[in-house]
Amino acid sequence: MAEPRTAAFVRHDQLPPSPPPAAETGVIKWLRENLFSSVLNSVLTLAALYCIYALLSGFLPWFFNGVWDAESVRDCNEQMGENRGGCFAAIEATWRQMVFGIYPNDIYWRPVTAFVLLWVAFAPVLFQAVPRKLLYFTLLYPFLAYWLVWGGTVLIPVLALLGLVVGYVVYSRLVDQSFAMGFLGGVLAAAIFWWLSGFITSNAGDVLALREVATRNIGGFMLNMILGVVCVSLSLPLGIVLALGRQSSMPIIKWICVIFIEFVRGVPLITLLFVANVVLAYFLPPGTNFDLILRVIIMITMFAGAYIAEVIRGGLAALPRGQYEAADSLGLDYAQSMRLIILPQALKISIPGIVNVAVGLFKDTTLVSVISMFDLVGIIRGPILASTEWNGVYWEVFGFAACLFFIICYGISQYSQWLERQLATDRR
Amino acid sequence: MKKTMMLGTLTVAAVAAGAASAQTVNDITDRGSLNCGVSTGLTGFAELNQETNRWEGFDVAVCRAVAAAVLGDPEAVTFVPVTNKVRFTALNSGEIDMLARNTTWTYSRDVDLKLEFTGINYYDGQGFMVPAALGVSSAKDLDGATVCIQTGTTTELNLADFFRVNNISYEPVPIETAAEAKQQFLDGACDVYTTDASGLAAQRSSFPNPGDYVILPEIISKEPLGPLVRHGDNEWGDIVRWTLNALIAAEELGVTSANIDDLAAAPGDNPEINRLLGTEGGLGEMLGLDADWAVRAIKAGGNYGEIFAQNIGEATPIGLARGLNAQWTNGGLLYSPPFR
Amino acid sequence: MTSITDPPQASFRLSMLINDTRYRSLTFQFIALILLILFMGWLANNAAQNLEDLGQDISYEFLGDPAGYDINQKPIPFSSQDTHMRASVVGLMNTLIVAFLGCITATVLGVAAGVLRLSNNWIVAKLMSFYVEIFRNVPVLIWILIIFSIMTFALPQPRAFRGDDAQASMLFDAVAFTNRGVFVPRPIWGDGSMVVVATFILSIAAIFFYRRYAKKLLFETGRLLPMGWPSLAILVLPTLLMFYIMGRPITLEYPELGGFNFTGGIQVRGSLIALWFALALYTGAFIAENVRAGIQAISKGQTEAAASLGLRPGRIMSLVILPQALRVIIPPLISQYLNLTKNSSLAIAVGYMDITGTLGGITLNQTGRAIEAILLLMLFYLLVSLGISAIMNVYNNAVKLKER
Repeated sequence: MAEPRTAAFVRHDQLPPSPPPAAETGVIKWLRENLFSSVLNSVLTLAALYCIYALLSGFLPWFFNGVWDAESVRDCNEQMGENRGGCFAAIEATWRQMVFGIYPNDIYWRPVTAFVLLWVAFAPVLFQAVPRKLLYFTLLYPFLAYWLVWGGTVLIPVLALLGLVVGYVVYSRLVDQSFAMGFLGGVLAAAIFWWLSGFITSNAGDVLALREVATRNIGGFMLNMILGVVCVSLSLPLGIVLALGRQSSMPIIKWICVIFIEFVRGVPLITLLFVANVVLAYFLPPGTNFDLILRVIIMITMFAGAYIAEVIRGGLAALPRGQYEAADSLGLDYAQSMRLIILPQALKISIPGIVNVAVGLFKDTTLVSVISMFDLVGIIRGPILASTEWNGVYWEVFGFAACLFFIICYGISQYSQWLERQLATDRR
Repeated sequence: MKKTMMLGTLTVAAVAAGAASAQTVNDITDRGSLNCGVSTGLTGFAELNQETNRWEGFDVAVCRAVAAAVLGDPEAVTFVPVTNKVRFTALNSGEIDMLARNTTWTYSRDVDLKLEFTGINYYDGQGFMVPAALGVSSAKDLDGATVCIQTGTTTELNLADFFRVNNISYEPVPIETAAEAKQQFLDGACDVYTTDASGLAAQRSSFPNPGDYVILPEIISKEPLGPLVRHGDNEWGDIVRWTLNALIAAEELGVTSANIDDLAAAPGDNPEINRLLGTEGGLGEMLGLDADWAVRAIKAGGNYGEIFAQNIGEATPIGLARGLNAQWTNGGLLYSPPFR
Repeated sequence: MTSITDPPQASFRLSMLINDTRYRSLTFQFIALILLILFMGWLANNAAQNLEDLGQDISYEFLGDPAGYDINQKPIPFSSQDTHMRASVVGLMNTLIVAFLGCITATVLGVAAGVLRLSNNWIVAKLMSFYVEIFRNVPVLIWILIIFSIMTFALPQPRAFRGDDAQASMLFDAVAFTNRGVFVPRPIWGDGSMVVVATFILSIAAIFFYRRYAKKLLFETGRLLPMGWPSLAILVLPTLLMFYIMGRPITLEYPELGGFNFTGGIQVRGSLIALWFALALYTGAFIAENVRAGIQAISKGQTEAAASLGLRPGRIMSLVILPQALRVIIPPLISQYLNLTKNSSLAIAVGYMDITGTLGGITLNQTGRAIEAILLLMLFYLLVSLGISAIMNVYNNAVKLKER
């Protein structure tokens, strides 16, 4: 029989945990785990650090030695002396042209107001939380913006808006009979109204007229914004029609849409712009000649429409078959089922894709500089680089241009990611 | 969203475009402004002033003179900057009424492209510019050189011909705009920069150290530059042609922007001045304009000599001598047909 | 869509064209077709009218005329006396060259950036995000211009290599980085060089067979043969051996400073480099996003399962994750390749003589044949696009087949 063993000492409480080894704590641990966990990782870290060093050692002296106040590039070089730096005075001197083109100096408030209101108009489209009432302002916005940017009598946008209202009223009267009839009736009514109002505007003179600004004088980043916003807005309906056409069961309509979409997607935008610039005029009735900006808008809209059609087609394909069948079983006709059931869902799924196309399109508006329009890039490559004062200032102005685009595009792409997350939780 | 605006504009445009294309003058008076195609930026010839947002230059002055003659206002011009590529299509499609953009008058442009050159406002020729440090004294020494050219111009073809005829090799670097060609040349991406001699002088004047660059003596082509209009509307062509001639004749006759008011007030001794300024005869009516048309054109920027001196002459940084562009009475080629 | 058929009716009435679903679609299509034909006819009529007014015509005869201009980068012999047609072909080849180089570089960059962006290494991940965001959100035209100006401003002129105390020197006495481009040695194929090339090709085939054999062995017996070093040895050794046996038939022509410029060697022009890298960096940023999305689409369980089998992180990526992610990545990758090819038309901004520069640029300017040149240009791009999508779709289907 063994005597129960008695321990001399029994610990009743737990030892306080000793601090982790130095290599497993704080900054060092973080460094070890994140930056130097393996040989390969260490090499990568060192390479990355070198990259950052190389970038910063090039950029920082250039930035901090920069001259912000000078008359011309020669003045800049004199002020800098030995230290090479940027001549940021060029941005100071030319930012007006880069942003507004040759828009008259004293009425910058008009495009600026239009720009600010643009975000107000976009808010209800972009964010569900914004009161729905603002959507009325969104509808009103294009007319307001036109009046602000181009000027002229307020009658033109007002009558254009009224024409739309007349069209809508006729449409809502007739749509009960059939969608096609309502649609045609609406378009016809609006067209007649616009035709009649043409006489009013040509005779009524200047009611509430703002100073008119010729399209030619609109340039710089403002032109990129206008082209981007107008073309994306116009290409949405075109894209929807093309996407529906491509899904259609009618072979001829389907093939027309397929050929159009594949053709436009198969050629570079720049060739379409050449068409707008040098060929389109041949295909219009003799004597008609409308603005280059209008021709460019038509071409970019076609281009964007084809891409948006593909995005929406993806959305349509992603909808469960049951939705189509359910719509049919309710006895809805094609127009009704699309309008009330299919499209609202398909469009919602497609929003992130559409936003991506929109960002791409906005960036592509710089291509108009190739056909000698003075957008942001065009005005830099043309008058600014050619000017005697700022000859040789290259990085500074292109850096400024890149920054402007980055701010807008990065903002929109962050929005798109946010929206994707919102939609993702929605569908779970 | 803006579709309605487009439709509205389209309807208006369609209504307005009822007129036949042969009546450019009517289109211009209806519009109230002259659409004039100019270069996107060439020092001295067409330049957008950074402060005033106003176009200035030798070519621009021709546009203003025509606008003054037709519309009575030298400011009633919409300047449409066009690149080499689009200039002729812009003209043919009616986007611009006239092109004043140092464009060379050639057979194929006149006959095949159906353009109408209305005269010559600058006699030019293609030259070469090299850095003085290269020690080149003749274009024939340029074997193996890298040459910057602006694409879409006659320079490209002349260059190919010149090097082929002289059996020397070169490497062309085609560039879209004058500004970028200048950058490339200054940074040594090409050894030689070739364009019209006037353009070379204009470019050189804007270099940081103009003295470091020399223009070679060879002029390898004839480049008569002048304003042009579409084929087929002779009335409009006549107005542009004779506006240019009026500027040239005014210099020959000693009519300047300083004394024109006096000379135009009453008929003077010189019958040709009287006919030019409309104090005698009915030359303006023949053109479909009023009697004062030439007075307004000359007042817009002065006579040919004044325009030259102000924009590209020896007193300006560009510093071009009159040379071939002097009046025929001074040994140059400028020779306006008589106003009779 | 609706499958209800009305009971057969006795006679056909005109109103049935609208009201009867069996005929309605025919009616619509008929109307659409008529409208389309009318529209096309209207356009053609306008064009004919306009051309007549201007006294011009549509003719492709200009393609047979001498071009009259020179092209700097010519994959096939070309002089100013050759035809516009040949100039267009030179341009087309240049387009394909830059598209090919760009696609490969963009893929390498994109896959590397996409994988590294997901790495645990904080600095590398952030650096890659920075790269992706900054390139994705600035127009490619601005990037082309900026990289072109880096080429012109930052690199030395050929003049700088001259003299005893030259400011710049050649890398290994073989490669010169100048602002006119990069000069690299040109191989000269002497007698017997074909034997060396043939050996090299055979070695590649041998590697292929070795790998197949190793894989078979692995599956049958579980023995894992080493892969990397033997492959490299098969690739290099026989060729090297043959190279010396044949008495070093392949020599290199080094670039040398000539009169104005480097002569000899191969000149990779600044415009090509600028366009190539701008397009590759820009498209690479998009590909990185596709790769990241593809990898993230593979469930984390796959990584964990692979890790529990004892695979190293590199192998997890290359053997387990990437092959699966590839199926998600390939379709957007195809459209990125297409975008790159189409964006290469911006060559015109840096004076690279691609097809937009020759046919759509100088030829169009010199002949004034706008309609013809632009139609041809669009046709070329359409064919190239269709060609690329066809090739890539074949590949896509090959990848897809492995799916159950």
